Amino acid sequence: MKLLRNHRAGLDGFINYGLVLVFYFIMQFLQNGGNLTSTFTSQLVPICVYMIMAISLNLVVGISGELSLGHAGFMSVGAFSGVVASASLMESVSSAPLRLALAILIGGIVAALAGVLIGIPVLRLNGDYLAIVTLAFGEIIKNVINCLYVGLDNAGLHISIKSAEALGMDTAGKLLINGPIGAAGVTRISSFFSAIVLLLITLFVVQNLIHSRSGRAIMAIRDNRIAAESTGLNIIKYKMMAFVTSAAFAGMAGTLYALNLSTVVAKKFDFNTSILVLVFVVLGGLGNLRGSMIAAALLTILPELLREYQEYRMLVYSIILILVMLITNNDTLKDMKQRAVMKIKTVLNGSNKSTKAKQAGGAES
Amino acid sequence: MKMKKSRILALLLALSMCFALAACGGDKTPAPETNGDKAVLKLGFIGPLTGGAALYGESAKRGAEIAVDEINAMTDGKLTIEFNPQDDEHDSEKAVYAYQQLKDQGAQAVIGCVTTTPCLAVAPDANADRMFMLTPSATSPKVTEGRDNVYQICFSDPTMGNESAQFIKDKALASKVALIYNNADAYSQGIATAFKAKAAELGLQIVSETTFASDDEKDFTVQLQDAKTKGAELIFMPIYYNPASLIIKQAADMSYAPKFFGCDGMDGILGIEGFDKTLAEGVMLMTPFNADGQDDATKKFVESYKAKYNGEIPSQFAADGYDCVYAIYNAAMASGEDVSKMSAADFCELMIKTFSSDTFTFSGLTGENMTWSKTGEVAKNTTVFEIKGGVYAPM
Repeated sequence: MKLLRNHRAGLDGFINYGLVLVFYFIMQFLQNGGNLTSTFTSQLVPICVYMIMAISLNLVVGISGELSLGHAGFMSVGAFSGVVASASLMESVSSAPLRLALAILIGGIVAALAGVLIGIPVLRLNGDYLAIVTLAFGEIIKNVINCLYVGLDNAGLHISIKSAEALGMDTAGKLLINGPIGAAGVTRISSFFSAIVLLLITLFVVQNLIHSRSGRAIMAIRDNRIAAESTGLNIIKYKMMAFVTSAAFAGMAGTLYALNLSTVVAKKFDFNTSILVLVFVVLGGLGNLRGSMIAAALLTILPELLREYQEYRMLVYSIILILVMLITNNDTLKDMKQRAVMKIKTVLNGSNKSTKAKQAGGAES
Repeated sequence: MKMKKSRILALLLALSMCFALAACGGDKTPAPETNGDKAVLKLGFIGPLTGGAALYGESAKRGAEIAVDEINAMTDGKLTIEFNPQDDEHDSEKAVYAYQQLKDQGAQAVIGCVTTTPCLAVAPDANADRMFMLTPSATSPKVTEGRDNVYQICFSDPTMGNESAQFIKDKALASKVALIYNNADAYSQGIATAFKAKAAELGLQIVSETTFASDDEKDFTVQLQDAKTKGAELIFMPIYYNPASLIIKQAADMSYAPKFFGCDGMDGILGIEGFDKTLAEGVMLMTPFNADGQDDATKKFVESYKAKYNGEIPSQFAADGYDCVYAIYNAAMASGEDVSKMSAADFCELMIKTFSSDTFTFSGLTGENMTWSKTGEVAKNTTVFEIKGGVYAPM
């Protein structure tokens, strides 16, 4: 039985990798044939970014069962540290893909550090309190970066929280992060390929974590904290593991996002962005990685598809959200789906049996 | 069972609403059907039409639409305009999508973006694609910096700050100045930085410098108290009109009566609901557009704007949008070429050539005889108004 379950989990994971690869190859194929609109082409990297965000948040909300409302904060940390890293490495690392990889790594590490820092006090809380504190954290990050000035000159990095003049750079200095104006003039090095690679890595790490011993511990804590604690599980440790992993990937997604646009501002990563990612997760299903990936992709594309409705598009968008919620939670429809699946299964099994019987019959004769 | 029924009903209702809304979309202004042999120019527009900055984007769009309507209604005109506005939600990511949408739909030039941050995101793409951009109101000098295809019709932030300091000095309005600005806003900060530098150069004394971090801020007594105790005679506030109105009100409440000086963001202060207009008497602002202006062009524009949009008074953003359309139209007409068949790249080169030429000048609502430098910055006269008897009076 255990073997069977492991087998099933493995298969599930492979379907996810397969889906991502199919997505990549279809897009590549369409792009090479010139059949992709420029709008859609420009959305490819953001789609991957939001998928990574959704997967990483699902680890906290779905698997670890903690409502986090500050996920965009980690994205922000990753975005700005990635921008600084990319600019600082401009001279020493000439290869753009390598620089991107390093920047993503640094973005991820810094976000993970932020995750540890936030996690220590936050993960001692539960439920609503945790949600409130993560929400506050997201806002704090936004405001801190809003008054952060980072410059780069021959002497190295300069950091100030007062003003651009307070950096005291020499004349060759370049302002990387200019307070509320954010990072402007970012060299764009993100590519669809790199986004897909990062997405696969995220899936690999998160899926393996979920199906590992630690993952089962995390889910046990989610299902019954007291029971889990009584069996000797270290609650804080396992919660921290999920939280920090999630923060690290959000940071990496942030770097990818920032290096795909020529300008990023701290205001972008506000409460609304956190909620947007949460919507992906909830719509796709708590704990359901594939669902949240699909939801992230669809909900990123949808507003652009609705552009022809002009000012009504926000309304249409929200109505579609409500419809999806109603339909996916409709018991009648769920029953119908269940029955359809059962039917297909029996038909398949039946035909399998009959072919087997035929083969057996053939062998006999 | 009843429960189930109502749920299905809800689903149906939501569905029908969805279709009903889908039916009434699309307000792209198509070129008139009967345009005979007139050429069609496809102009895109990017601005925030929803979200927190929608007020500015919507105004600019409406202004531009008035210009498009006028041009398309001209009986002797040779060129009609197909206007395609797209929403960027004041967000760089969405602005890039909006731009790509316009590109997909065959826009030949873009008016936008209305706000600075989206503009900074779109400009590199437009530069790479060779798409001409004329922004009505993205005032940061970074927008045009290093890009030959991006032009501004508004003053850049440093120009506004420099000119304000110069004006205060020239008119000897005050010797001790307080500065209150929003340090989380690129526009406000850009002007304030330039103002400080120029004031130091001119020997204007800035006795108090205080900031706030959001246009939703409600209490400015700390900033005002600081200015008051340090004896400032004039408060320079390069901020938007909502916080400005609160500052003026709260200064009156603490019986502190300095002079107030603002920039174009303060235009609209007289239209705020519930604001006692008598408090704004004597407030000075440097803005390129005056809706109370008595010249024919302004009168005509304000009239058509009011008629089309329920008696609303057009703001400076609307005038900027209006001027953008006419500037491109005039440049296209001046070239004498048939622009309708032109690709965006060819049109871009034509526009760059025309705009940066010494002979091309444009007179619109926001300035007379505007000319453009090769870098895309506009040169025009600054105008300062004082609020007298509830209207703008030129100073």
